[in-house]
Amino acid sequence: MNIENPSVSIKQLDLSFGAVNVLNGLNLDIAEGEFLVLLGSSGCGKSTLLNCIAGLLEPTDGQIHIKGKNVTWAEPSERGIGMVFQSYALYPQMTVRGNLSFGLKNARVPKPEIEKRVARAAEVLQIEALLDRKPAALSGGQRQRVAIGRALVRDVDVFLFDEPLSNLDAKLRADLRVELKRLHNQLQNTMIYVTHDQVEAMTLANRIAIMKDGNIMQLGTPDEIYNQPQNLYVADFIGSPSMNFLNGTLENGTFACRDLTLPMSGYAFAAPQVADDAAVIGIRPEHIITGELVAGAPVKTQVLIDLVEPMGSDTLVYAQVDGKPFRIRMDGQARVAMGETLDIGIDPARASLFDQNTEARL
Amino acid sequence: MSASTTNLTGPTGPKPKSGVTVASFFVYGTLFIMALYYLAPLYVMITTSLKTMPEIRQGDVFALPRDITFQPWFDAWRSENTGAVSRGLSDGFWNSVTITIPSVILSISIASVNGYALANWPFKGATVFFTILIFGAFIPYQLMLYPIVILLKNIGLYGDLGGLIIVHTIFGMPILTLLFRNYFSTLPSELFSAARIDGAGFWGIFFRVMLPMSVPIVVVAVILQITGIWNDFLFGVVYARSETWPMTVQLNNIVNSTFGEKEYNVNMAATILTGLVPLTVYLVSGKLFVRGIAAGAVKG
Repeated sequence: MNIENPSVSIKQLDLSFGAVNVLNGLNLDIAEGEFLVLLGSSGCGKSTLLNCIAGLLEPTDGQIHIKGKNVTWAEPSERGIGMVFQSYALYPQMTVRGNLSFGLKNARVPKPEIEKRVARAAEVLQIEALLDRKPAALSGGQRQRVAIGRALVRDVDVFLFDEPLSNLDAKLRADLRVELKRLHNQLQNTMIYVTHDQVEAMTLANRIAIMKDGNIMQLGTPDEIYNQPQNLYVADFIGSPSMNFLNGTLENGTFACRDLTLPMSGYAFAAPQVADDAAVIGIRPEHIITGELVAGAPVKTQVLIDLVEPMGSDTLVYAQVDGKPFRIRMDGQARVAMGETLDIGIDPARASLFDQNTEARL
Repeated sequence: MSASTTNLTGPTGPKPKSGVTVASFFVYGTLFIMALYYLAPLYVMITTSLKTMPEIRQGDVFALPRDITFQPWFDAWRSENTGAVSRGLSDGFWNSVTITIPSVILSISIASVNGYALANWPFKGATVFFTILIFGAFIPYQLMLYPIVILLKNIGLYGDLGGLIIVHTIFGMPILTLLFRNYFSTLPSELFSAARIDGAGFWGIFFRVMLPMSVPIVVVAVILQITGIWNDFLFGVVYARSETWPMTVQLNNIVNSTFGEKEYNVNMAATILTGLVPLTVYLVSGKLFVRGIAAGAVKG
């Protein structure tokens, strides 16, 4: 995907701490107004990349462009970015108003203008009533709002978020997530958001970049990432409970393992010609057909139920296929019990097929 | 839920507190004896300082004073028997004040900036610089006594209060820098990053973000420096003249005076007077110290 006039552009970025390479020749273009999520497990380099964009870390090699300007050597404050940190990083001795106006005072913005901008940010984030309080007197959610406000008042082009919701409890996290999405719709700024929470990534992002060991494993819309993972890592990383994987062989367009034979006629192969080889098929627990619909499924089989986890909205069933654990997500109203056999159906068109050696999507 | 009350058997509700046991008797007994042991000298000093010389000569150190007199305290403050030079503690007191206040302010100002730079602005050779500085803390003072005499003579500050201030400032540097560096390293680095993004520079971050959060460590440094510099005897006796002697040196001259009768009551009063400043600092700042720590503990 080629982006014209990217808002942020990262070119061949390398970063190493001594002998450890954290980022390897990373290239990434982020469009104007895009909400890009950097997703990965800890140590994958996502926060490091964000700190490089912010100018808090010096890259070993490569360039960073923001709004078409090469800012590789620029100070953090000169880059036109605002950043929100996981630990809020509010100045504890200043009031909320002091926190919001600190950056503007440093930039020598005239006083009436500061007041105007602080008032506007406070209104957008609904923290007007808190302006004269110290951070210690705020709840976690309020603090994070102030931290967002601090980025907001600076009128920047690019917002950087470093796991901003990770310190909040589950309910507040969900609330603030929706607010963030609303804020993005309202402001239409470029936002780069680092998280290890795939729900945040899926719900917020225009595009997700899944990172591993300093490389981008896949860059795509949430829909692409979820439905067409480009490799085994992404397929396994996204989805909870994670995808079921079965090892087998692909012969003449049919995938076969010990327990199952799946004709892949409806499957959209990545390349028109696929050689017969060892392959891995990935099937999402929620794509397994159960109940009355099994009759119309392309492939049918039976499994023995090992364990049932009722979660209210849906029910997770654990079984075994081909000697490997196999998870099935059923409707919450399904009445199933341990030890029963369950009829299931599989639609190969919705599955993902990977090469066993290269781990790339077939 | 049924409202019926059944009689429960076995342990119910809070566990009963046990009374005086052998263990607690020994613990409190030992603590009491230790307290007595440490308070006894203070008791002797205060009672003796309020006695007249004839009463002291009777030899009962633990007796309460019969005729309470405050004359020894006045004598100690402004007596005429400070060795060969006729002067009391009062001049020494003002010398000590003139030495301590600028030394404390100067050393803490410089060390806090040092510590902040070392903790937050990694520069080339920072670790080498820090190692050298810490090494300085382990060099015995005696080694540097004479070189500093020559140094001070050359810049014309030997015997001056200014010279003593410089010496105290320099010798406070290693430990204070370590103190501040370690404290600033414990502050969340995201705070520093946030301030950089907000466009604050080296001094802006120091004065507007870091220093307001450093009340507890500044209080610790102030206590450390005031007591250390006030109690110093070695530098005072080596680098000062009789007119610039700090209080500790004056006290020594009173107590070790070889002329005439030993005035124990004056000696006791003089010693308490000299120790009063560090004592007050502990008592006053103790409260401030706790408050400072409590304020610093609230995460922002």
